[in-house]
Amino acid sequence: MSQYVLRRLMIAIPSLLGISAVLFFVLALAPGDPFSELATNPNVPPEVQAALRAKFGLDDPIYLRYLHWLNAMLHGDWGFSFVSRMNVDTLILQRLPATLYVIGSAQVLALLIAIPVGVYAATKPYSLFDQVANTLAFVGFSLPTFFTGILFILIFSVTLDWLPFVYTTDIKATGIHWVLEMIRQAIMPVAVLGLFQAASMTRFVRSAMLDVIRLDYVTTARAKGLGQAKVIIKHVMRNAMIPVVTLIALQMPAVFGGAIVTEQIFRIPGIGSLLISSILSNDTPVVMAVTFVFACLVVLFNLIADVLYGWLDPRISLR
Amino acid sequence: MLDKELRSMIGDVKDGRMDRRAFIKRLAAVGLTAPMANQILALGGVAMAEGAQTYKPTKRGGGGALKLLWWQGPTLLNPHFATGTKDQDGSRLFYEPLACWDPDGNMKLVLAAEIPSIENGGLAADGKSVTWKLKPGVKWHDGKPFTADDVVFNWEYAKDPATSALTIATHRDITVEKVDDLTVRILFKKPTPFWADAFVGAPNTIIPKHLFADYTGSKSREAPTNLSPVGTGPYKFVEFKPGDLVRGQLNPDYHMPNRPYFDTVEMKGGGDAVSAARAVIQTGEYDFGWNIQVEDDVLLRLEKGGKGKTIYAVGGDTEFIALNFTDPNTEVDGERSSMKTKHPLFSDPAVRKALSMLVDRESVKKAIYGRAGRTTANFLNGPEKFVSKNTSWEFSIEKASKLLDDAGWKPGADGIREKDGKKLKIVYQTSINGPRQKTQAIIKQACQKAGIDVELKSVVASVFFSSDVANPDTYAHFYADIEMFQIPLSQPDPSQHMRRYMSANVATKENKWQGTNFPRWVNKDYDAAILAAESEMDPVKRAAHYIKANDLMFEDTVFIPVQHRLKVEAAANNLRPIISGWANETDNLHDWYREE
Repeated sequence: MSQYVLRRLMIAIPSLLGISAVLFFVLALAPGDPFSELATNPNVPPEVQAALRAKFGLDDPIYLRYLHWLNAMLHGDWGFSFVSRMNVDTLILQRLPATLYVIGSAQVLALLIAIPVGVYAATKPYSLFDQVANTLAFVGFSLPTFFTGILFILIFSVTLDWLPFVYTTDIKATGIHWVLEMIRQAIMPVAVLGLFQAASMTRFVRSAMLDVIRLDYVTTARAKGLGQAKVIIKHVMRNAMIPVVTLIALQMPAVFGGAIVTEQIFRIPGIGSLLISSILSNDTPVVMAVTFVFACLVVLFNLIADVLYGWLDPRISLR
Repeated sequence: MLDKELRSMIGDVKDGRMDRRAFIKRLAAVGLTAPMANQILALGGVAMAEGAQTYKPTKRGGGGALKLLWWQGPTLLNPHFATGTKDQDGSRLFYEPLACWDPDGNMKLVLAAEIPSIENGGLAADGKSVTWKLKPGVKWHDGKPFTADDVVFNWEYAKDPATSALTIATHRDITVEKVDDLTVRILFKKPTPFWADAFVGAPNTIIPKHLFADYTGSKSREAPTNLSPVGTGPYKFVEFKPGDLVRGQLNPDYHMPNRPYFDTVEMKGGGDAVSAARAVIQTGEYDFGWNIQVEDDVLLRLEKGGKGKTIYAVGGDTEFIALNFTDPNTEVDGERSSMKTKHPLFSDPAVRKALSMLVDRESVKKAIYGRAGRTTANFLNGPEKFVSKNTSWEFSIEKASKLLDDAGWKPGADGIREKDGKKLKIVYQTSINGPRQKTQAIIKQACQKAGIDVELKSVVASVFFSSDVANPDTYAHFYADIEMFQIPLSQPDPSQHMRRYMSANVATKENKWQGTNFPRWVNKDYDAAILAAESEMDPVKRAAHYIKANDLMFEDTVFIPVQHRLKVEAAANNLRPIISGWANETDNLHDWYREE
């Protein structure tokens, strides 16, 4: 087992190197310039622009820049933002809490809806409940978050005036009021993201359950006279959840990566909005760091999913 | 306007026979803006007026929180490194200049004790130096006194190329010397008619010497104070998250009485302009929304029964269409739009004139800009003293068609006009931006009716405005026949703006397209007018030179002005913000308050 993990980690190194090289070269070749805003500023003479480019090493050949970047990254230096003139890691760490809180809560919400609904729907396939759940699931994942987000804002903020639609990181209350306010402002983004995820996840849980529920050992369990609840929870769910766990593990990087559209709509200062604003302002060191960290997380959680698989289902052996 | 008449009017103001306001009105009538009128008075020996005071609160603080929404949040807080106005706006909460601009273009004292004039000895009669007296008793937020040394330090800091300050252009050609602890003198190399650049306005706020002295030159980026400013302003720094949030709290030692009104200030970033308008006007979650570039009918809808309103400030920003004077389709020495070519269609002035007649400015205003736009025939739309009254515009498809007919451009079988085998087909590029694409559509339609085929092209803003040498889609390469955008006028003076289009500044491959004259228009009379204006100390003659320069552009149809754009902001109904078209939104923040 430990040998397997070690081997997987060794394999991860070249693939991460490959990913970083592709990312770096694509970003370097992409059009745009971090100092573009200066071009129309009459106060900034072209020489200053050229000096800035030289200072941030933008005029070096691409492969040299890549090697510099790689070397710095190995030493724990994530780079220096052109736009904010501060270290990229500080910038990312500042954005991480909001993303973890909002996207994490949305994932939890999705699970809390998807598992019970999916399981119950699978136990009574083609019943009224199943039909309704299916229809809602289709509606749910057909509606993009930018649409439901704005719809929620119009209903709950503009018309009813119940919830704020601008997410603030510095709530002026303390204690219980702070907690309540944090919950209140997260309701809409969490609901938008959570319901969207729950929709597709419900379908997934339902079909995983249906696959298992027809197996002979389930019939055997029933024949033994076990109650419905016990059969479903102890016998069916345990096996049906294996693919679901993989799905969840693969969703985890997204919790760190943020949700670009939802974060933009609700002004959540998360990783997603950092990524999009950095892309728009051509702040390559930040884009590079965020995408690379994201790639690392995907590789890592893939490994975790595989390890969990073996633990959940002893029939699968890891060699 | 006659020179003599102006002199006698200045005399009248001096003796008190004419009041200042009347003088400014008279000058405005002949096309001079308020900031310029004030500078004329200053040079004529009458002190510049301090802007009118409308501030009502009678004690400091007690105003609660001021919540500002900047849909592009500041990404850094050192004014010398500000890449855009958003960074200047954020820095301005904490740092201050010697003086700022009020909505009428009057100078307003901030850290200076008096406005330099010839009478108080602040202004040299030859225009080669300005002496500023500093307000005594001003303290930095950490308690250290603010002195002339700080001002001199800012000059040394910014002019050093190793610092890579973006304010270098303002500082490198001047010399700043300390006269005594509370007096500094700025020396200019040549007579400088517009002397209120260095240390004036939000782009030129002053940072403390004692915290930055160890971080000049190449060490500039390591200064911890870059991210946690210590200024002299009405608010003390609390917290900064780049792109997301800037927070400040009332400075109890602020040097202006009864100010600031608000106990805390918060500047939230992110999102888009429409939802920012909604958060201010419709739900009232925020007090003020910056740069609300939203279609007017959307704003009108939000304003119905809302909690806020839009406010407008007139500046000098012009949305224009530039015509290419070189041929974008012929490559010479690896360069298209080369100076060695002439544009095959636009070398006929009739085509340029016809094109200008096909731009329906009134429809663009009605359909797109609404209250935030004004139609104009001029490229230079401010300050008002510099605005030409000799020009006019007209939209007429018939007249444009006739003009083209007379010049020999006859419609071909496909309805597109042609002459000598050259078809009237043009490529029209701009950046991707809702209003710009709509404008493109309006103009294309009119052109089609007149037998001109227009191909529309939209480029992502980050590419269009980039200085990327390798990218052919930048506005500076101008590999299209016409292109549309705007270049903001960042101070109440046209000198920097108009210098761009001198013949020596054409953008070519040789200067890596860093030349500022992208239409590649060459005109000796224009060069002469600009050079004359730059050394002219007489404000009236100087204004006349710039008006002439504008008229030369008009006659040659170098630019087709589409719209004179106003600043649009959103504010809560009870907020009393002070917004100037000549300054950053936060430049007058110390005078903001809320009506109870």
